[in-house]
Amino acid sequence: MTIIADEPVPEPQPGFLALALRNRSFVVGALLTLFIAGMALLSFFWTPYDVTRLVVADRMLPLSSAHWFGTDQFGRDVLSMIMIGARASIAVALVAVVIGLGVGVPLGCWAAARGGIVDEVLMRFNDVVFAFPALLMAILITAIFGPSATNAVIAIGIFNIPVFARVARAGALAIWPREFILAARAAGKGKARITAEHILPNIANLLLVQGTIQFALGVLAEAGLSYVGLGVQPPMPSWGRMLFDAQPRMMVAPTLALFPGLAIVITVLGLNLLGDGVSDAIDPKLRRQR
Amino acid sequence: MKTWKTILAAAAIALATSTAAMAARTDLVVGVVLEPPHLDPTAGAAAAIDEVVYANVFEGLTRVGPKGEVLPDLAESWTVSDDGKVYTFKLHSGVKFHDGSDFSADDVKFSLDRARAEDSTNAQKALFEAIDTVEVVDPTTVKVTLKQPQGAFLYNMAWGDAVIVSPKSADTNKEKPIGTGPFKFDSWARGAAIKLVKADNYWGAPAALDKVEFRIIPDASAAVPALLSGDVQAFPNMPVGDSLSQLQSDPRLKVVIGSTEGETILAMNNKKPPFDNLKVRQAISHALDRKAIIDGASNGLGTPIGSHFAPHNPAYIDLTGTYPHDVEKAKELLKEAGLENGFKTTLKLPPPPYARDGGQIIASELREIGIDAEIVPLEWADWLKQVFTDKDYDMTIVSHTEPNDIDIYARKDYYFNYDNAAFDKVIDELNLTSDEARRRELYGEAQKILAQDAPVGFLFELPKIGVWDAKLEGMWDNSPIQANDLTKVKWAE
Amino acid sequence: MTAYITKRLLIALVTILVASVIVFSMLEIVPGDPARVMLGMNATPEALQALRDQMGLDQPLLVRYFDWIGQLLVFDFGKSYTYNIPVRDLIAERVVVSLPLAIMALALSTLIAIPVGIFSAERRGRMADTLSMGAAQIGVAVPNFWFALLLVYVFAVWLRLVPAGGFPGWGAGAWPALKALILPAIALALPQAAILSRVTRSAMLDVLGEDYIRTARAKGMPRNVVLWHHALRNALIPVLTILGLQFAFLLAGTIIIENVFYLPGLGRLVFQAITQRDLIVVEGVVMLLVAVVVLVNLLVDLSYAVVDPRLRTSR
Repeated sequence: MTIIADEPVPEPQPGFLALALRNRSFVVGALLTLFIAGMALLSFFWTPYDVTRLVVADRMLPLSSAHWFGTDQFGRDVLSMIMIGARASIAVALVAVVIGLGVGVPLGCWAAARGGIVDEVLMRFNDVVFAFPALLMAILITAIFGPSATNAVIAIGIFNIPVFARVARAGALAIWPREFILAARAAGKGKARITAEHILPNIANLLLVQGTIQFALGVLAEAGLSYVGLGVQPPMPSWGRMLFDAQPRMMVAPTLALFPGLAIVITVLGLNLLGDGVSDAIDPKLRRQR
Repeated sequence: MKTWKTILAAAAIALATSTAAMAARTDLVVGVVLEPPHLDPTAGAAAAIDEVVYANVFEGLTRVGPKGEVLPDLAESWTVSDDGKVYTFKLHSGVKFHDGSDFSADDVKFSLDRARAEDSTNAQKALFEAIDTVEVVDPTTVKVTLKQPQGAFLYNMAWGDAVIVSPKSADTNKEKPIGTGPFKFDSWARGAAIKLVKADNYWGAPAALDKVEFRIIPDASAAVPALLSGDVQAFPNMPVGDSLSQLQSDPRLKVVIGSTEGETILAMNNKKPPFDNLKVRQAISHALDRKAIIDGASNGLGTPIGSHFAPHNPAYIDLTGTYPHDVEKAKELLKEAGLENGFKTTLKLPPPPYARDGGQIIASELREIGIDAEIVPLEWADWLKQVFTDKDYDMTIVSHTEPNDIDIYARKDYYFNYDNAAFDKVIDELNLTSDEARRRELYGEAQKILAQDAPVGFLFELPKIGVWDAKLEGMWDNSPIQANDLTKVKWAE
Repeated sequence: MTAYITKRLLIALVTILVASVIVFSMLEIVPGDPARVMLGMNATPEALQALRDQMGLDQPLLVRYFDWIGQLLVFDFGKSYTYNIPVRDLIAERVVVSLPLAIMALALSTLIAIPVGIFSAERRGRMADTLSMGAAQIGVAVPNFWFALLLVYVFAVWLRLVPAGGFPGWGAGAWPALKALILPAIALALPQAAILSRVTRSAMLDVLGEDYIRTARAKGMPRNVVLWHHALRNALIPVLTILGLQFAFLLAGTIIIENVFYLPGLGRLVFQAITQRDLIVVEGVVMLLVAVVVLVNLLVDLSYAVVDPRLRTSR
């Protein structure tokens, strides 16, 4: 990866935000992400309608001023469903990223610090996980252990682990030979301490960028799993599930399939732009190239 | 000049009619929702098997007709002894299996003995339980002796599980079914389609169709466009989603709303508290708004039921008023049961839309009276294991599609965990009665006991939505048995 | 060189072996009794036991694992619990849907992405670049199954140009069969094209910045010759790597798309098998897909060695 610059990667300096705010990708991405996150937060306090009460008599109403996005097959307000659905997408993807970070980064750093057989075994095990078609395995895991949001999180999280392990290992390996690390070793600091004090802060940016990418992929994966009925379960609304329910009704109510999809696109787009923006802002070489 | 015109017109008409006659189609593509796991009806319970092979490929001693009546099939006639224990079947002669071998009484004995053998994998072994011996009298006569008289014996022999197979092909029928019917198996592209062709030298009236394809289309989103485009010309049991009105308004199509034998119920675990309390079960019954459930889970087409019986059956009594939708009454009953604050429970749902959609509505209705039912979706495999076999459940929704199956409430160890001596007594008597009037009376009693006792929440009779090309004749309107009988189907000229 | 290849081969083998243990043990803990699934609600205990014996379900664990591995080595995937025919035949029937679909999608994605990537790189920072990369950014964000739904609505429900789902089989003729694959291929290709065009663009930018390209230009070589001949050839290595990975991904990634369109392909086979607890089919298909992914990764690794001699000694 060319992201590793020649000097130790600078920590986000006071100028980082200013730099980022001048970046178009970052601004648009941040706005979109904030919009979705805000929607999810708002849904805890207020939604236009209560979605736990089904009013079958109001099923599949068209768009109107009362129901901006219409109602679904149980008479629930689609806008309210999308607002609450944002929670599921964000929660599942976020926890999956945390699992990947929490397990993958220590493993990657350990491999980089120890080298030799530890490194070899860990990286080979990574290869094994990578060899599995991730989506297929996620389907398998959720189908076997029962479809639920928790199992979806685990299934997606497991496949985040090798990704973060690889990024952390590559980043750490590039930093270990540096002079300031040699100095720290000469001062008698142990490998664990050096990793915590010097390596981690220096690879944090890399992890942040990878984190937004995996977050976005997690949102897509959750939507896919829920679409095949293996993710978040009703009555909890989720975007993927809404698309599944919309499919057989597309001839009569095509808008049911429109809005949940747009919500997914906006979320993923926002996160990807945000990631691009961050990586541009922290890496002058890349920025020059763009 | 005028004559010329007349001649031309006459010629045109003649031409038109003759091309029409020539073009009278003899092929048909039928849409089915579920793919059968295999094609041997004597070794599997899946309705999807019978939906392809029943009456078309395989035939039994008797068969079920379009109105649910028992008709002679391979047996052209029979006599019953006075004590009701000995059935003597006279078989058709000149019948051949599709592999060219002759059909005879030996095949009947083989098939019945095989089905009731110890190591039999027949899914409906209970159908043959009453049989004591099967004897071959001569090549076209079979004598079946029962252990005790059985009112439904001829009906039992009409099930797809009781069709007659040849010893030569019995083990390979799963992949390459060999029967005696008017169609023979041609090919099976797994996951896509099963093809049948007309059999040569069929013993009865030959089929009008030459080629039949059962195309597997599991969902409304693909089924509706396939019918509208003409790729599929008939969908006897169609998933329409919410597109029914669109199909009905198309003049090229005929939409028939028929009945099935599917009693859709909210089953409860009667041994597990608080469902062992009659008041709780009554409260739940009062909480159910059948209209909303039918609207939301069945296109508004299902017929409400108040007991476990099909409304089109002559012995049916309307008991839907036993526990009408009444939220206040339901809350009161819960209070009497000492559960005024409601309780938490689970609702396990198998995959069909009636269960998954109905489950959400019912969960919402139960919430109204304070019952918090968590929805647990299950695949069929898990449902069979957890709910049906291990009885590890509180509530579930399922449609019991076997015909005349009210006796399941008398079965020991059935998944309802329901035990009612009075009910068992009625069923016991029913099993030994062959007098129609008395049977009807007993069916009525059984229905009433169940309605009052509310071992399950009775929801609705599953509708059969059949859609096919308006020029197609001979399709069944109703589903008295799970089958797509195409033997009388033809294209109008 | 030989050492490098040997090592890569060994790693691939170990990967497949570990994967087989994981797959086998995962499916061991699956709840559900295949015999019950096959016989249904009213089956008697005796009938169930008879079938269990027939299928060898009561054998010890290790015996079954080694039986299974031994059979896999001779491409015998066992017999499907539900269909009762060899899994190999089932896979063969389904591959003729999934493979053409994956190839069509890959071809489509390549045909769109590479020209767009080159075009954007060449016009870096201009309107055309901004627009196409903006479109790519959106393309990456679109879930392929949602895009598939939109395609179905426009082309199947509304315009009625192609079927909304199902597959008539190759026996129905090449055109009807291809027609059924068009929408799924487009739905699969678009997000991949978006990724690939971004990779192509950045690879081209890397190469265009190199000294020898500048020299070639300075020498007055025609623009197109420089671009297509020198730059593209060198940018192709990372692009081909991604393509290789995408092919493996596409084969597996057809699962959801095949479900949207009800295509009887490998993805739908394995999905159905999971829900019907036809474990032997699941095992077979998953192992096949894992083997394909490992094989493709191996080929990519080996091609590196051919292209870049330095890699042969390092690692």
